[in-house]
Amino acid sequence: MAKITMREAISQALMEEMDRDPAVFIMGEEVGVWGGTYAVTKGFYDKYGPQRIKDTPIAENAIIGAAIGAAMVGQRPIAELMTINFAFSAMDYIINQAPKLRYMFGGQFSVPMVIRAVGGGGRQLGATHSQTPDAVFAHFPGLKVVSPGTPEDAKGLLKSAIRSNDPILFIEHATMYQVRGEVPDGEYLIPIGQSKIQRAGRDVTIVTYCKGLELSMKAADELAKEDIEAEIVDLRTLRPLDMGPVLESFKKTNRAIVVEEGWKSYGVGSEIVSRIYEEAFDYVDAPIIRVAQKEVPLPYNRALEQAALPQVHDIIEAVKEVLK
Amino acid sequence: MKKEQQLDLYHQMVLIRRVEERGAELYQQGKIGGFMHLYIGQEAVSTGLIAAREPRDRIITAYRDHGVALNCGISANEVMAELLGKETGTSKGKGGSMHMADTSKNMWGGHAIVGGHLPIASGLALGDQYAGNDNVTICMFGDGATNIGYFHEALNLAKTWGLRVLWVCENNQYGMGTAVERASAVTEIRQKAEGYGMKNSQVDGMDVMKVYEAAKEAMDYVRKEGQPYLLEIDTYRFRGHSMGDPERYRKQEEVKKWQENDPIGIFRKQLIEKKATTAKALDDIDAGVDNEVNKAVEFAEASPELTVEDLYTDIYAE
Ligand SMILES: Cc1ncc(C[n+]2csc(CCOP(=O)(O)OP(=O)(O)O)c2C)c(N)n1
Ligand SMILES: [Mg+2]
Repeated sequence: MAKITMREAISQALMEEMDRDPAVFIMGEEVGVWGGTYAVTKGFYDKYGPQRIKDTPIAENAIIGAAIGAAMVGQRPIAELMTINFAFSAMDYIINQAPKLRYMFGGQFSVPMVIRAVGGGGRQLGATHSQTPDAVFAHFPGLKVVSPGTPEDAKGLLKSAIRSNDPILFIEHATMYQVRGEVPDGEYLIPIGQSKIQRAGRDVTIVTYCKGLELSMKAADELAKEDIEAEIVDLRTLRPLDMGPVLESFKKTNRAIVVEEGWKSYGVGSEIVSRIYEEAFDYVDAPIIRVAQKEVPLPYNRALEQAALPQVHDIIEAVKEVLK
Repeated sequence: MKKEQQLDLYHQMVLIRRVEERGAELYQQGKIGGFMHLYIGQEAVSTGLIAAREPRDRIITAYRDHGVALNCGISANEVMAELLGKETGTSKGKGGSMHMADTSKNMWGGHAIVGGHLPIASGLALGDQYAGNDNVTICMFGDGATNIGYFHEALNLAKTWGLRVLWVCENNQYGMGTAVERASAVTEIRQKAEGYGMKNSQVDGMDVMKVYEAAKEAMDYVRKEGQPYLLEIDTYRFRGHSMGDPERYRKQEEVKKWQENDPIGIFRKQLIEKKATTAKALDDIDAGVDNEVNKAVEFAEASPELTVEDLYTDIYAE
């Protein structure tokens, strides 16, 4: 077991898959000479050259659209969106094309591509550059949406995503590249579409993913000091959604909160709470609470931005509320 | 151009430079956050351009917007306060470096989605056309922005509908770390206007007077003919793309070569050679700017902090 950062984990996954399969290549803005704006592909250009590490014009539609085309004829492109906010500039390809083409043409071909995108707030980038719109993308059948919260999961899930024959949106968090964690030695894969219990506990279930996992782990440590043991279920994949571990945990604790960074309305939490009510209503001992972003566009001002984002103390308060 | 106005342009250019140098210091101290893109090296572009407009002409630009804001007459106080995220800033501390605006001065914002503001510029001109006036909308953007669909859709619409937009491409040779020839099918950006049958020209952006003359001519054309025009202005950013750019994509010698063409240095020399003024008078302007910038920092730092209630203001009009 080695302890590495999220950045290293993602970087290793990309490199291992590029070494394994010549059909894999990367295209995106500043992925090559610059080395990736978050330094994930640092050194790749020198190692693989411009044929496999493609610096693109600033043209999100062309990036995603061309990746779809290349995937249709058998290559395995990894298209990088510098931030997920620029996905909105390529929405037709991400929503209307990639997830629909196979189905519409009766399965004649598939679209084996990964879209890597960096999301999340907290860096004072203002309203258009700070969003966590994961739920938007998870709405559409045909697209798979993965968003890991640990280096181990990031590496194993990204490798699976690259090998998958379906279009997958892989969402990373801008403030998590330095997060460290243990990863297994040697090659391993983590299947897409499996939730995981990241921390065992008896009193309450916290359902979360990505940045929410980091915050929830901290909250759980604090709560443990007061003898409250939270069980944390990490969704890891938003679509297809694996409710198994969520329901299993909930049937044990009978109380839950959902933590996500995106907005509460029509969010990931809305889906999870409905599913618990639909599938485990008899086990509900208290109303489930959603911890999420305040319903405002994110401001530049640091204190205000932090006030709008979910914080560790919000999670602690919500847990205490459902335990009342 | 009258001597007073020339000295005013010199003042504006030095002001942009000093505001940004102080801004960079404050950024290092952690007092400014987010993305901050410096205009240092490109001051002659917006200064010459905006000097050629009438107050009723509108300006819209990208995130590299401190210079444009100051040229439009937004005070250093308000720019600095926005950088510090204060209520007294141009956008009440909610926009930050990339989102300076003061619509009362016809400055319609810095915009952070590359190319995103170009169709909006067509829309500003559409609004004016609909109202029956002959205001000109000046839309500034980078070389990199001409590769995204927004650019092409906006230019096509403007030409087809006869919208009064002066499209201004600030070709600073790079979009982040990507040199123009690595991302654009043509390296002479003005050629892209040809496909839309749009009049166009190109000018040296390190010489403020040349920019002014070219802009004046282009604006006259747009206003009189009721047609858009693309002006390509060649320039160079002396600093990184934004704060914290490793600059692996260009050589120090290249940067040095361009820095020898410092637009402020060039203008200073011209003013003295033309005997429009003396070195002493220009030094006095420089000293005045230092004072102005010190005061702006004091103003920004002393301005009240936003409160959590401010999160909920200005989301909807109703
Ligand atoms: C749609 C979109 N894609 C990508 C980005 C990230 N980005 C910000 S600035 C920039 C480079 C723009 O270059 P250019 O248009 O030449 O302007 P310059 O920065 O040189 O002034 C990029 C890729 C963005 N803000 N918006
Ligand atoms: Mg540029």
